[in-house]
Amino acid sequence: MSASTETETDDRHASTFATLSKVFGDGVFSTSRSRGNVRLFVPKERLIPLLTTLKDECGFSMLVELGGVDYLGYPGHTRSRFEVHYVVKNLDTTEQLIIKVGVDDPAPSIPSVYPLWRGADWMEREVYDMYGITFDGHPDLRRILMPDEFTAFPLRKDYPLRGRGERHNFPRLTRENS
Amino acid sequence: MLDDPELEAESKPYLWTLNFGPQHPATHTTLRLVLDLDGERIVRATPHIGYLHSGFEKLGEHLNFNQYVTVVDRKNYISPPMNEVAWHNAVEKLLDIELTKRCQYIRVIIGELARISDHLLCTGAAALDLGAFTAFLFAFNQRELIYDVYEEMSGYRFHPGYTRVGGLMYDFNDKVIGRIRKFLDAMPRVLSDMEKLLFRNKIFLDRMRGVGTLSREDAINFSASGPIARASGVTYDLRKDEPYLAYNDFDFIVPYATEGDCYARFQVRMEEMVQSISIVKQAIENLPSGPYNVPIAEKFPLPDKGTSYNSMEGLIQHFELIMPNRGLESPKDEIYAAIESPNGELGYYLVTDGSKTAWRTRTRPPSYIHFQVFPHIIKDHLLADIVAVLGSLNIIAAELDR
Repeated sequence: MSASTETETDDRHASTFATLSKVFGDGVFSTSRSRGNVRLFVPKERLIPLLTTLKDECGFSMLVELGGVDYLGYPGHTRSRFEVHYVVKNLDTTEQLIIKVGVDDPAPSIPSVYPLWRGADWMEREVYDMYGITFDGHPDLRRILMPDEFTAFPLRKDYPLRGRGERHNFPRLTRENS
Repeated sequence: MLDDPELEAESKPYLWTLNFGPQHPATHTTLRLVLDLDGERIVRATPHIGYLHSGFEKLGEHLNFNQYVTVVDRKNYISPPMNEVAWHNAVEKLLDIELTKRCQYIRVIIGELARISDHLLCTGAAALDLGAFTAFLFAFNQRELIYDVYEEMSGYRFHPGYTRVGGLMYDFNDKVIGRIRKFLDAMPRVLSDMEKLLFRNKIFLDRMRGVGTLSREDAINFSASGPIARASGVTYDLRKDEPYLAYNDFDFIVPYATEGDCYARFQVRMEEMVQSISIVKQAIENLPSGPYNVPIAEKFPLPDKGTSYNSMEGLIQHFELIMPNRGLESPKDEIYAAIESPNGELGYYLVTDGSKTAWRTRTRPPSYIHFQVFPHIIKDHLLADIVAVLGSLNIIAAELDR
């Protein structure tokens, strides 16, 4: 990535960062940039205040994407085991930011952003289904892709590619007891 | 009438529960809806997904960047090349590869052909579900011509697997261009036939207009994108607003509507096909000459067969990428990159750890996001409106259940 593009990214986000440092003070969030993406790492407590500020004051009206990553065994990783990312977009200026928040074992949980964006509903349910991260305040946190009887979290790094045989041990429903 | 479907369902114990799907002819794939009905009026709809869950995202952590393209194809099997372009767009952004001009144009062409083919199926199937069988046959017949293009360019008819890191599997030859021209010649006639059949058809209009209305605020709040958001007045299009590939070189407009109902979504799709035809025409007329892969000195692309058989550099490069203990090494980084697919924003959140495979390939699938809008916009409509709304949302089950 050339130097000029990096400066362009700076200019593009200048007013957003000015607002953020006005509300939260300087140097609270650690940021990293690569290939035009700007990522903000937030502690769990500040997630909802930050996203609310971004939505209400900086015009990031749309939550484009929400997903989780398991960093168990990632080379050189020193932060939390799981990270959840939020991609928010300002539809007027086409500005885009990635917010990352760390979640740790055991009993990983973070606040839900459902009150801010209804679109987070299924995306949070998928992260719960695949990684076992619970979202506090989500109105309907159930498994979405896997069946309810399933006990494991398939996208965790310690879950084997071929599974552990859960599929073959589902309770068998007969016509009598269905 | 209560606003909250949960409360209303609680307060009316006489409601009838109906399972719609998974094998209903109008659900096209395995979609299951559990409906609470008050007479014929829908009080609450609960979509159940996950019937196909095939672990595509887990596979992405075990296949390398070139192998995974065959899996990506199967996510939205109505427009596979668009998925390939999206996947390799993310990989190339991560590896910081600048594609050649010819490759960019070819990817635009196959992407737009995929968009037309997806919209043809969607509009045709919407017409079919509402009883207009002829329009569906016209649309589906036209898709065959697009399959002919795929077959000629890659050898595969349904899942081409045509893109590679840093380029393409093969170059376009004259036969491919001939087939694309043949398709372009036939297409406007089909569109006008479909318009004549449908836009003055009273049954069709009555069942589409004012059904499944999604307001602009809701569209943004529900993270909707693509034709569904544009039919509600959100004029965002990644091709215009964050241009990727060579979209800056082409002259086209972004069609939108403000009604937000099924008919608006149908019209937006029809108009997008016209725009896509114009883009493909411009790209074919101005197709740049030159290499279609980045130079092999950059260590990313698989050399074409001629180069690997006839030159030592090509042979070495081919070995370096194909041998199991060698291969393409990624940086330790992560990225979100998205393109405008037929259904909306198709993005990849890609994390790499320096090895040959990705650490995490999170897909941002448009259908998944759009299906959660369904219970909201179907409320208080009649049972028969479900097929109209499902058809206009264009839900692809394989994209729901990655």
